[in-house]
Amino acid sequence: MPVTIGDGRREWQLRDRRGQIGLWLMWLVGTAITVAAIEQISGETIWAFVWDAPEQAADLLTRMVPPRWSYLDKIWSPLWDTINIATLGTLLAIVLGTPLGFLAARNTTPSVALVRPLALLIIVSSRSINSLIWALLLVAILGPGVLAGIFAIALRSIGFVGKLLYEAIEEIDLSQVEAIDATGASPAQTLAYGIVPQIMPAFAGISVYRWDINIRESTVVGLVGAGGIGLQLQSSISTLAWPQVTVIFIAIFVTVVASEWLSARIRHAII
Amino acid sequence: MAAAGRRWRAPPLIANPWLRWAIAIGAVIYLALALMSLEVKWSRVCEGLDRGWTFVVAFAQPNFISRSEEIVEGIVESLTMTVVATVFGILISIPIGLGAARNIAPVPVYLVCRAIIAVSRTFQEVIVAILFVKMFGFGPLAGAVTLAFATIGFMGKLLAEDIEDIDPAQAEAIRATGASWPQLVNYGIQPQVMPRLLGLSLYRFDINFRESAVIGIVGAGGIGATLNTAFDRYEFDTAAAILITIIAIVMATEYGSSLLRRRLQ
Repeated sequence: MPVTIGDGRREWQLRDRRGQIGLWLMWLVGTAITVAAIEQISGETIWAFVWDAPEQAADLLTRMVPPRWSYLDKIWSPLWDTINIATLGTLLAIVLGTPLGFLAARNTTPSVALVRPLALLIIVSSRSINSLIWALLLVAILGPGVLAGIFAIALRSIGFVGKLLYEAIEEIDLSQVEAIDATGASPAQTLAYGIVPQIMPAFAGISVYRWDINIRESTVVGLVGAGGIGLQLQSSISTLAWPQVTVIFIAIFVTVVASEWLSARIRHAII
Repeated sequence: MAAAGRRWRAPPLIANPWLRWAIAIGAVIYLALALMSLEVKWSRVCEGLDRGWTFVVAFAQPNFISRSEEIVEGIVESLTMTVVATVFGILISIPIGLGAARNIAPVPVYLVCRAIIAVSRTFQEVIVAILFVKMFGFGPLAGAVTLAFATIGFMGKLLAEDIEDIDPAQAEAIRATGASWPQLVNYGIQPQVMPRLLGLSLYRFDINFRESAVIGIVGAGGIGATLNTAFDRYEFDTAAAILITIIAIVMATEYGSSLLRRRLQ
């Protein structure tokens, strides 16, 4: 820690000169990038529309209140679809993502040079593409409907499950695996009794956590035609039926909060 | 010896047999119901498989050229939205995170901040984007505001949890010197949460870029609008080029941020 001695007093500073300059440069570059980005955005903005935003918001609010509660009868079925999209999509992702996780983990992959990079590439591609984009693509291929939604959610979640799972597999305690191995167990038995019990809590936690995220995501895949409550949202917005939009928002809010509570309870029980 | 013939079995994940069977039966019933309510038009699926194959073929030969201007413009817009949203989102999330930490905030402040976080986290970015597009008009500003709003919920929650988990001894030591509340935050709490805050900020940058690619679908600027148009026109080769670009940038930011995080922590 740098201490300078000036006129008989010892002055303490957190950083030495190089650290100080480096930090200052980082701030400078960061600020410059941010300012440039703000400039760019404000150049593309029609400010007249922005200045009346408070009026627009007030207008929107008066249109949205009071909610049309009678519409609730029509959204039970889409809400059920939404939950199914999330749940079945998560299940499919677990089924496909688990082997992927084993193939990508350094200590269980059959080949570090060949299989592992391929598995990692699949994981990264799946993670980089948002479920809404997958939905856009799958609606074009499978046609609009719940099926496209399920596959969209599953394709996005495979990477998530695979990534967290392979990280968990790489962190296991090797002495347990060795102990099972020493009993003369086959590779399959080593996997079942040496590795699986160690990653089981993480696996269950990951699955429930992703399910919770997927409930949130499945509320919007309908906006591009992939089923669920998003379809109702889209049609209500395009017919400017704002009181219905309010009901849908409330339904989404309640569903998401409930699923988050449930997932937190389950994870708490497991870990 | 009776034990000689006994076989060892792995203990089940859920110890209580009643609960175990109830969960298993419930899951089967749910699956049956869910699969029954699934309506699939197999004729449409078969028809679509051709189109799916076209996409796979297009993915093998992506077309970066014919719409290169739109792609570059969209990507630059997405990146600017990401930068602005991440910076402002984090700046706003710090006071909210402080307010949402039970151990340093009074109860009324705590409740208000937790409510803001809950609302921000519940609604998917796209839904929020619809509202902001309605308020601010089409364009990247609506997108940046949306992403900043989502960032507040994410960072606020994680920051608050972090502050609640700090070592109270350090905070108490600072408090014992007669420090005021801002001094307590700055010397007792900030040093403990700063490394993780930086790591999370970089992580959120990644997420914001990924999200910026979709909120364009509802008119909030960025590469999403270009992508949506490409899909609508069945220009799968252009769509493939855009997707590949997104994947490449996500990989690059993820790699860069993991390098930075390792240095910071």
